[in-house]
Amino acid sequence: MPDSAALVIRGLTKSYPGPPPVDALRGIDLEVRPGEIFALLGPNGAGKTTTVGVSTTRVSPTSGTVRVQGFDVARDPAAVKRRIGVVTQYNTLDRACTVRENLYYHCRYFGFSGAEARRRADELLVQFRLADRAEGMTVTLSGGLAQRVQVARAIAHRPGMLFLDEPTAGLDPQSRLALWELVGALRAEGITVLLTTHYMEEADRLSDRVAIIDHGKVLVTGTPAELKRGIGAETVMEIHVAKAGEELRAVLAGLPSVRDVQVLPTGVRVLAQSREGLLPRLVEAALPFGLRDVAVHEPTLETVFIQLTGRELRD
Amino acid sequence: MTDTSRVSYALVLWGMVLRDLRVLRRNFAPFVTRTVMNPLLFVFVFTYVFPRIGQSFQSGPVGVSYATIVVPGLVAVGMVFTGISAVALPLSIELGGTREIEDRVLAPVPVPLVAIEKLLVGAVQGVIGGLVVFPLVYLVPATPVAVHVASWPLLFAVVTLAGLTAGSLGLALGTIVRPAQIGLMFAVVVVPITFLGCVYYPWALLHPIPWLQTLVLINPLVYMSEGLRAALTPDLPHMHPAVFLGALTLATTILGAIGVRAFVRRTLS
Repeated sequence: MPDSAALVIRGLTKSYPGPPPVDALRGIDLEVRPGEIFALLGPNGAGKTTTVGVSTTRVSPTSGTVRVQGFDVARDPAAVKRRIGVVTQYNTLDRACTVRENLYYHCRYFGFSGAEARRRADELLVQFRLADRAEGMTVTLSGGLAQRVQVARAIAHRPGMLFLDEPTAGLDPQSRLALWELVGALRAEGITVLLTTHYMEEADRLSDRVAIIDHGKVLVTGTPAELKRGIGAETVMEIHVAKAGEELRAVLAGLPSVRDVQVLPTGVRVLAQSREGLLPRLVEAALPFGLRDVAVHEPTLETVFIQLTGRELRD
Repeated sequence: MTDTSRVSYALVLWGMVLRDLRVLRRNFAPFVTRTVMNPLLFVFVFTYVFPRIGQSFQSGPVGVSYATIVVPGLVAVGMVFTGISAVALPLSIELGGTREIEDRVLAPVPVPLVAIEKLLVGAVQGVIGGLVVFPLVYLVPATPVAVHVASWPLLFAVVTLAGLTAGSLGLALGTIVRPAQIGLMFAVVVVPITFLGCVYYPWALLHPIPWLQTLVLINPLVYMSEGLRAALTPDLPHMHPAVFLGALTLATTILGAIGVRAFVRRTLS
């Protein structure tokens, strides 16, 4: 039964008439289960933000349906908005108001009484460790703090589902870690989270399940472990040489346990089933091509994306 | 599926009104400064300095001071200017630059209501702007100012409709004008509206220039000035109440519709 899901997207398309006309979404199907953290992973322009836009009632679909906790986004946007929290890519904090007022008035926009809104704002200020900034204007906040206020505000009216659109884009590494911790903590509150990201590490670390999306289509969906297993390779070796090209690829592809060899501008990427005894043979084979560097790592979601599209995530 | 947790739209919009009033309270000093500067200097130069240095001009019946003539018009300018500075400027920036409006667009009400809330708060601010300007233009002039209210219901109707017109003009401009064009908007919209708004002369006196007398009829400020003239200085020439009340209603409707549609277009795609 589809409506036991928190979010159901069926055959979603979105075209912008342009000029130039753009097919941002070309048939998205997704189901997000209650309580899970779900990541939409893809490069810029893949359609992640448009998918979130439609799911949060701000973009009207060209065709297809989206239901949030059973409510159709096009037919009953107010009911959907009541149930979702949204953190957009931009800092949309109310600059004319203090941090506390941002939380307080947000609650009022969702029908809280004055007393309820005050209590909720106080609670969130403590929970998100913002109490000492409560009376500061939001323009004075650093990127990481502003993002924390945005998340606090998004969940202030206790939505069942939270949308985070590129929540850590532009944040410094420390703020990124802090935000990951914060999102992880939301799991305890039972909030379903859909986040979009083009950082494969973010999707890997945070999410229960991932959908990889490119050119307005979902390429694959599964847990990060499933997706990585799906490559059929246990290890990835990047070999950088002076003379990269087809010849090296052909030589390496013939070695035992090698599943796939991809040509890179400065070398090749080898996907192998097992690394047992492989490294010396690879090195030996690559030496005549001017071997410069070898890097060995486990498959990542980035590897999955490259396998699916032939491109890097951050092209 | 029926929604059992529906929140009253009125309650949501009231939250937005409270937010706007909070911001107005916080910014009241700059708000007043912006609103009074132009009318204050105008009455100071033309109705205080001019009579004292032996300069004067007349744009009404003999025996009526120029100060009396400009009172209704300057109050009307105060209202329009407030509608633009308190609604259009912040809205243009919230829509085009900072996207702060998103939080209210995501509130559980139909999006057009968010725009209408802006219009209504703009109307209230417009009335406050008019009230701030009135004592200045009444007290500063060196020559006597003769204001008397013949009909309070008429004054109430004019002020209400003029406020709504100012709010809807602010909404329309705020949703159409991009932040980078704000300076241009003042030159192209605000200045002509003010100078050709029958602020400094009653509309009837434009009679010798028929093309101008006809052309200014597209300017909503004309009806605000004439309406306030009828309500505050009924002895001066002014349009028939049916004309300015009807025109102000029409202006609110048209500008409001333009503003709401543009607001929806700017926030949803």
